[in-house]
Amino acid sequence: MINENLVSNVVTEPYKYGFVTDIETEKISKGLNEEIIRLISRKKDEPEYLLNFRLKAFKKWQKMEEPNWADLGYKKIDYQDIIYYSAPKQKEKKSSLDEVDPKLLETFDKLGIPLTEQKRLTNVAVDAVFDSVSIATTYKEQLAEHGVIFCSISEAVKEHSALIEKYLGSVVPASDNYFAALNSAVFSDGSFVYIPKGVECPMDLSSYFRINSGDSGQFERTLIIAEESSTVSYLEGCTAPMFDTNTLHAAVVELIALDNASIKYSTVQNWYAGNENGVGGIFNFVTKRGKCLGKKSKISWSQVETGSAITWKYPSCILLGEESIGEFYSVALTNNLQQADTGTKMIHIGAKTKSTIVSKGISAGKSSNSYRGLVKMGSKATGSRNYSQCDSMLIGDQASANTFPYIQSQQPNSEVEHEASTCRISEDQLFYLQSRGIEFEEAVSMMVSGFCRDVFNQLPMEFAAEADKLLALKLEGSVG
Amino acid sequence: MQEKMTGKEPLLEIKNIFASTEDLTILKGVDITIQPGEIHAIMGRNGCGKSTLSKIIAGHPAYKINQGSITFKGKNIKSLEPEERAKSGIFLGFQYPIEIPGVSNLEFLRVATNARRKFLKQQELDTFEFEDLVKEKLELVKMDYAFLNRSINQGFSGGEKKRNEILQMALLNPEIAILDETDSGLDIDALRIVASGIKKIANKENGIILITHYQRLLDEIKPDFVHVMANGQIIKTGDCKLALELEKNGYEWTDQLSQDS
Repeated sequence: MINENLVSNVVTEPYKYGFVTDIETEKISKGLNEEIIRLISRKKDEPEYLLNFRLKAFKKWQKMEEPNWADLGYKKIDYQDIIYYSAPKQKEKKSSLDEVDPKLLETFDKLGIPLTEQKRLTNVAVDAVFDSVSIATTYKEQLAEHGVIFCSISEAVKEHSALIEKYLGSVVPASDNYFAALNSAVFSDGSFVYIPKGVECPMDLSSYFRINSGDSGQFERTLIIAEESSTVSYLEGCTAPMFDTNTLHAAVVELIALDNASIKYSTVQNWYAGNENGVGGIFNFVTKRGKCLGKKSKISWSQVETGSAITWKYPSCILLGEESIGEFYSVALTNNLQQADTGTKMIHIGAKTKSTIVSKGISAGKSSNSYRGLVKMGSKATGSRNYSQCDSMLIGDQASANTFPYIQSQQPNSEVEHEASTCRISEDQLFYLQSRGIEFEEAVSMMVSGFCRDVFNQLPMEFAAEADKLLALKLEGSVG
Repeated sequence: MQEKMTGKEPLLEIKNIFASTEDLTILKGVDITIQPGEIHAIMGRNGCGKSTLSKIIAGHPAYKINQGSITFKGKNIKSLEPEERAKSGIFLGFQYPIEIPGVSNLEFLRVATNARRKFLKQQELDTFEFEDLVKEKLELVKMDYAFLNRSINQGFSGGEKKRNEILQMALLNPEIAILDETDSGLDIDALRIVASGIKKIANKENGIILITHYQRLLDEIKPDFVHVMANGQIIKTGDCKLALELEKNGYEWTDQLSQDS
């Protein structure tokens, strides 16, 4: 009923990352069994312990049930109909970017992530992951001068095996949940970051995940270790082509912060969301967790979730170290028939730990958007505090928003505060802005960015501007 | 267009307007003509169609014009979007200004002002230039700069909201301003501030429509014409004395008129 004519006149911008790169890929056959896992491990020339890690995870996964508590509606996934390893064909060892297939470089160029030395981004080091493998990491040498390790996880397995053996699966154990188990069994690549003691990482690190194949899943793993008194800011971006089938993306991210270390992890997730009838799109089932192991350590998650047909993720913090800090800042926008169930878990174990949760959900079209969060105060978390704020905004009258806050406290000397609100962009608000000469779309976008401001303020500069634009783009034509 | 301006072309001409919302006909043939420099007052009972009239002039999407025409400076504006009407110089002061959480009042005022300036082919103002302008206009309504850092109308008192409306009017410098019960809910001091703001903005070029229930606003701002509305029509038009009569005799007196007509 709101401005029907105007809305129908609005040009809906197509998903601009929807192209497919035509490149020869090496794919293994569909299906999942022990042989496939051995094959992936062999292809990556992995040490024994990692193969065992995978096989154990697989055995656990086989005994697990796919979770359904999030009440997400989707057709049952046939795990035997997925290709678990897909890599662009190229020389085994790439000693420099010159040996990377120009088509791949071109792909990342098109995505706005140039990798070649002349064009690469000046203040951000990038690890570019294409389907199952990392194809290039920029600024590796410069970072190495500071002792910072930034490489693909496959390379880390070879070069920094001790760290991998020590930390892989230490935050998200293989048995943690169905998708984490699956990932642990079949993960193919991802990023690895190690910041040595006392080092402030000289530039932002970033991974860019690109799914190209329609029939293969992406199962990447990210592991970030911040040693005592180190700091790092890590950014993650994701896009995928438009296919009318659903592609599974089940990633695991583990962060470890030691004494006084600080990790800031920011995500702008823009996987293909499917079309307006809900056909196609990525199933984004991700386990992200950080462990504040050290005293006064800090882990901060910020995310802008705009893509995927279904998003199911809860970046969490385990606050073990005394006076450690966990933060979660999230904007999740759903449109058309998208579903998002996202939130966080703040597990307070150490004394005087603090956590802040700010979640902003925007639902448009016929989408559904839920915040689900757990704040747990353990018996030793004396003097700990949590503040949560969960706001939902509805656009139109067919979208839905839910908030599910779970609070468990075993510690009387701790404080948990929760605030929640729901609002709707009303015809009267739009008319008010319009009657002052502000265009309809700008009016919507002003209200949405106003609503998200608390979260955008937490994003790194370049991300914040991008996020603002992305939201405006995603909402075009959604008000009606 | 220029040739026509030589004569006395009305700023706003509303002819035989019928309008409805949700299939309920509210306006049943309203005519009103406003010349540059004129102040008109529209009075009448609640539900007589005053606010609807203001909304259809501003282009509210919930109201449908079934018949008649609205001409602004010689141009039919019936099919224009609200923002196009606003940019071209039509301003509606809301009876109940809308709260918009999260959007800063300052940013809002700047975007709105620049939209209007762009239309007038004036240079758009950067944040500093705008700050200077807005400080000057804040004086008019005796508002504190701190107001601008808050979200639009959020947590404003009734009087503050109305002053914010007049501030917007001052910044947008409209050619036609319709002020819908801007005086309601104001205490005497706030009323004086609002009224003096309006008087300072009124000039020989623009036209103002005051929708009000009370004589006290008209004591402050003397209208050239007073219209009495009832049941979706203007049933009587006169000068400022009509408002006094109305004050004395109440709306029952106009019911009588309505039946006579």
